[in-house]
Amino acid sequence: MIPNNVRITPELVAEHGLKPDEYQRILDLIGREPTLTELGIFSAMWNEHCSYKSSKKWLRTLPTTGPRVICGPGENAGVVDIGDGQAIIFKMESHNHPSYIEPHQGAATGVGGILRDVFTMGARPIAALNALRFGEPDHPRTRHIVSGVVAGIGSYGNAFGVPTVGGEVNFDPSYNGNCLVNAFAAGLADADKIFYSQAKGVGLPVVYLGSKTGRDGIHGATMASAEFDDDSEEKRPTVQIGDPFAEKLLLEACLELMASGAVIAIQDMGAAGLTCSAVEMGAKGDLGIELDLDTVPCREEGMSAYEMMLSESQERMLMVLDPAKEKEAEAIFRKWGLDFAVIGRTTDDLRFRIRQHGEVMADLPIKELGDQAPEYDRPFVKAAKPAALSHDAVPAPNDLADTLIRMLALPDMCSRRWVWEQYDHLILGNTAIGPGGDAAVVRIDDGPKGLAFTLDVTPRYCAADPQEGGKQAVAECWRNLTAVGAEPLAITDNLNFGNPERPEIMGQFVGCIEGIGEACRALDFPVVSGNVSLYNETNGKGILPTPAIGGVGLLPDIALRTTVAFKTEGEAILLVGETKGHIGQSIYLRDIVGKADDRSAPPPVDLAVERRNGDFIRTEIRAGNLTAVHDVSDGGVLVAAAEMAMAGNIGASLTPDTPLPLHIWAFAEDQARYVVTLPESKAAAFIERAGKAGVPVSRLGVTGGAELTVEGALPISLAAMKAAHEGWLPAYMAAGAEI
Amino acid sequence: MKSGVVVFPGSNRERDMMRALEKITGIKSTPIWHADTDLPDLDLIVLCGGFSYGDYLRTGAIAARGRIMPAVAKAAEKGVRVLGVCNGFQILCEAGLLPGVLMRNANLKFVCREVKLEVANADTDFTRKYAQGQIWRCPVAHGDGNYVTDAETLKRLEGEGRVGLRYAEGTNPNGSLNDIAGVLNERGNVFGMMPHPENMIEPLNGATDGRALFESIMEAVA
Repeated sequence: MIPNNVRITPELVAEHGLKPDEYQRILDLIGREPTLTELGIFSAMWNEHCSYKSSKKWLRTLPTTGPRVICGPGENAGVVDIGDGQAIIFKMESHNHPSYIEPHQGAATGVGGILRDVFTMGARPIAALNALRFGEPDHPRTRHIVSGVVAGIGSYGNAFGVPTVGGEVNFDPSYNGNCLVNAFAAGLADADKIFYSQAKGVGLPVVYLGSKTGRDGIHGATMASAEFDDDSEEKRPTVQIGDPFAEKLLLEACLELMASGAVIAIQDMGAAGLTCSAVEMGAKGDLGIELDLDTVPCREEGMSAYEMMLSESQERMLMVLDPAKEKEAEAIFRKWGLDFAVIGRTTDDLRFRIRQHGEVMADLPIKELGDQAPEYDRPFVKAAKPAALSHDAVPAPNDLADTLIRMLALPDMCSRRWVWEQYDHLILGNTAIGPGGDAAVVRIDDGPKGLAFTLDVTPRYCAADPQEGGKQAVAECWRNLTAVGAEPLAITDNLNFGNPERPEIMGQFVGCIEGIGEACRALDFPVVSGNVSLYNETNGKGILPTPAIGGVGLLPDIALRTTVAFKTEGEAILLVGETKGHIGQSIYLRDIVGKADDRSAPPPVDLAVERRNGDFIRTEIRAGNLTAVHDVSDGGVLVAAAEMAMAGNIGASLTPDTPLPLHIWAFAEDQARYVVTLPESKAAAFIERAGKAGVPVSRLGVTGGAELTVEGALPISLAAMKAAHEGWLPAYMAAGAEI
Repeated sequence: MKSGVVVFPGSNRERDMMRALEKITGIKSTPIWHADTDLPDLDLIVLCGGFSYGDYLRTGAIAARGRIMPAVAKAAEKGVRVLGVCNGFQILCEAGLLPGVLMRNANLKFVCREVKLEVANADTDFTRKYAQGQIWRCPVAHGDGNYVTDAETLKRLEGEGRVGLRYAEGTNPNGSLNDIAGVLNERGNVFGMMPHPENMIEPLNGATDGRALFESIMEAVA
């Protein structure tokens, strides 16, 4: 066993990811040299992943309150009131570094962690989503990572029994050495039965529940706070192993225990395991915590205090229980075959004291461990605002039909069916709109209410102009919720960036946060939870700035939801919003013209226009006036129309509604736009109402036939579009042997 | 119809199943704990979907040896209807109440999608409300649904009309022999199937084709 009283050398400090000045701070704080266990505890609490030391200053600028917000950031997940005494509890969290090192287990435990965050607060999970970014398809590792991550997510969510109803998949060379796995989960609870992590009461039992503690995942959070290099493979032992079966039992046992009234405080053991959960419970409640490690259920012999305090073994919970109900609580856990052990108690001395074999292995001030973590105001450099690209610089394709087919089959544009068919998206029987639409919709209990979920960000926009890209991510999320008929309620954000010690990366971070904050304020769309993942780089090369936004919306009646599919022949197709022809940073420019190095401006986001157009769309959906709605995003209006045609298996004839060059009209990515359909008989009145609301609307064409025709170009058969759209991903995954 | 749904550690479609049974029969279904050894008086026992014991051994292998299983076998012997769906089908095979075994899907991937089912025999307690040869829509969600049995058993199953449901129109999602989606025991009171009829019972699911399966059992026990 590693002795606890080793000499703390500068090398040892560095190995724990602590900078010399941070170590000095520890010495000043405790007035002596720390023990090895104490050093480990500090490294766990003060790493970037747990302490948010580089991002805190900026996160404070985000709006986090609103009339429906019950609990904002700072707890396991955010809580939002959805009326009728119910609340939705949700959060998104990254598992990027482990997923690159060991794709299957890394992604699986990412799902496990986020589900635990949600049910720790008393909610039964009702939906999971995930935002995935992989390296370029031709990179030798990409196929292996895609395959492992998707299988890992499926293996966990499917066995746990939560429907995985949506998400995002992108490919880009910047993720070659650092994939992104952002897992989102949402759960339903009674608004007056939410459980928090703040311990209350002195001398109460601190109870350990769930799986046993092993040596897996030691230093996982510290690993996730460093860049990768060529030796990252060696970090595989820091990745935890998931057990969805244990988690399902833990869910049922926890919900049963909560219903019994025995739980005073609860915190799941996630990053930095026992350390982080115990410190958080004590510090929040202004209480000390004393743990006796001899009572911790272990699955390995001879674990040191250091190892036990830093283990990230999965499927574990820490609770403070009402002593009067301890026996009842234990019986519930035994029934589910889970470990239950009283491992300590709350104290009034504000110390975090760890004993093992009768010896004190650590004795630290509990408040300072959390509150006095270093906080940095890192220097940042913002790139100059890019200029918009002129149409003249963007050549027309030789053949619009051929180009559309190519676009529908691009890695970033093709159908993700190969991915989501590996996820159980139907379990619980409430999936009203599954994967593949603008937003997923899940019915609440027996209805009529429903919740909408979507994850969005366009990293290339964020790279070109962080502030505008941040705004766009929030706006697109809001728009996708609107497009199914939902009222956008709140978001969770998962901010993935490179090394914050580089001023240009910090500049991206600051810019994106500013944009996100601006959009959230303008759209009354507060941030209620989130996660920051920095140091996403390999050998000094950062990822595209990727602030993924997870949005939740409410539908009063799911009967009035809309989907993207054309419904019948002969309906009017209209464009709501204005096509000005913004082609800079478009998919067309990057992937068809081939200008991946374009540095022009992304489409500007006018938040007042977003709100006006979206509110109009939502009102029309709720009045039952629209038969199909699709937000216009990547690929522009022609791709949106093609997706609606493929989804409904009904063609369309389109007439450009602007004097712009045909390819600009087709592929421009102007914001705040929706393609909608409705019966011809209702079109004139709709246009009139739009006019009164000040919302631009124009005719695009009519549904019908088995082809998509554009006046002066196409036609192209639905069958050919579908073959291209559905074909790329399965063919790609089937080709080539895995590494 | 009085029904009960057995809940093993790791079962996860018990809520879907109990809700479907209640919606269709109008009577609340009873959850049955795996560690019990007695069954209440029931017309239908359901083994539902999920990953009992994590499916860390062969799927269904541990649950098939669960404490409740002798009571299930005894009830089946007495003629009580037993329905196994997905993991429930796997458990029934492992328990020897149905012939054959469910192997990993042929493409080695979990699959969740809607398939077409053909009623291969409409003269059973589980399919009588369908027409012979009727094609209906139903979702699947499994990683181990590839039905395999020896040639002789297969011949008997086919010859005796014990293949109740078959994947139709090229939608076999897992490589099952003869496109088999559901099989009966010799007596005809135990039925196992991989697809999830409990997830196809109301307009929200896209169709209500699964209802007739439960209505068939109701009619049979009436």
